[in-house]
Amino acid sequence: MMSAEPKDIIDHLAGIEPGSSLDTIRARRLQARENAQKSYLTLFAPADFGDVAAYERYVVAAFVAGLHDEPALAIFYLAKLADRPELVGVLKTEIERGRTNGPYGAFPEGPLSVEDTAGLIYRVAADRKMVLGAKLAAALEHAHLLVFRPRDAAPAAMQALLDAGWSTNGIVTLSQLVAFLSFQVRSVAGLRTLGASLGRRTAAKAS
Amino acid sequence: MRDSVIVHDNENEPVVFTQDELGWLPWLEPFAEAELTERHFAGLVDKARAKSDYFRLLVRDPEVLEARTKTDKDIFYNTADGLPRAERELAAAATSRYNGCIYCASVHSRFATTYSKRRDDVQRLLDEGVGADLGARWNAVVKASVALASTPIAFGEQHIEELRAVGLDDAEIVDVINSASFFNWANRLMLSLGEPTTLAAK
Repeated sequence: MMSAEPKDIIDHLAGIEPGSSLDTIRARRLQARENAQKSYLTLFAPADFGDVAAYERYVVAAFVAGLHDEPALAIFYLAKLADRPELVGVLKTEIERGRTNGPYGAFPEGPLSVEDTAGLIYRVAADRKMVLGAKLAAALEHAHLLVFRPRDAAPAAMQALLDAGWSTNGIVTLSQLVAFLSFQVRSVAGLRTLGASLGRRTAAKAS
Repeated sequence: MRDSVIVHDNENEPVVFTQDELGWLPWLEPFAEAELTERHFAGLVDKARAKSDYFRLLVRDPEVLEARTKTDKDIFYNTADGLPRAERELAAAATSRYNGCIYCASVHSRFATTYSKRRDDVQRLLDEGVGADLGARWNAVVKASVALASTPIAFGEQHIEELRAVGLDDAEIVDVINSASFFNWANRLMLSLGEPTTLAAK
């Protein structure tokens, strides 16, 4: 059973109330606001799920939100997997294993190589790969690459997904999913921080 | 039938950040131009994008592409009010520089130069990186963008205070948040589905 969906997921997660100052500001970029919401809906409630099942999308989303250490979003997406508690347990453990600081990675060899930064090359633990299955395990490894070291991306990463059973269409949707979430967590964090700052200013004026 | 990866013999891969126009080579097969339907054209939003390998690859999920494109356009092109276009592009370029997207940085550094007429400052961002001193106002925009692009997100109230101190109001700060956040979306698609290539040998 699904709980009622908020009207605007970014507003909901950032704590933006109707009629507030940030609500008014966001209304000035109405097309962006509505289409950020449409992006969310077309990724998680599309007319056609194509090659990526609903639960697979939520597994990836919860993992990406968790890697960003954004509890509000991680809790939101983990809650969508309430009927799959075995996956929630695995995800919580893998999120802890995957956490690090980004972005890092390597540039094409040349003058930028001095900026190359090494970091965690995340792989799902073997026993938890059994629970997730090859396709989802490959998706989490790819999501980690995109979140923390997108400049390390290479054709080999596409091959790894194809080998694990992903189609070209599925990879496009998976890439959009991880990339969209990278935007969504930042919109939420940025607006929430700004909202908190406005709230303090209002409170200071009132007192 | 099995999908496969396209490997390019890309001898002209750019190895520095540049304001020059670059090409982009997809690692997966774009959707065939001849087979595009109305649903795909709706996803492309602009018909001209049917000529782009990047957009024809993304159009494999047309509804997501359509929503992504409309989000993008309003964040950057809706300049009826709010932050000047130049500084939205600066946020996009700084995010791309920090994440390491040479292709995205080339496009949005060119736009930043076009709208600001500050080519040398934009080039210093590309050459020196996000620590380049570009003057107080641009420094604050770059710093906020970098903090937002970091994982975990390092954006805090001090960044908002710095943006206010250089003259941005709340709506303009939201434009910085939108522009920088959006490029964390764009960078990850561009970086992970293909590679840049220089268009002409120098």
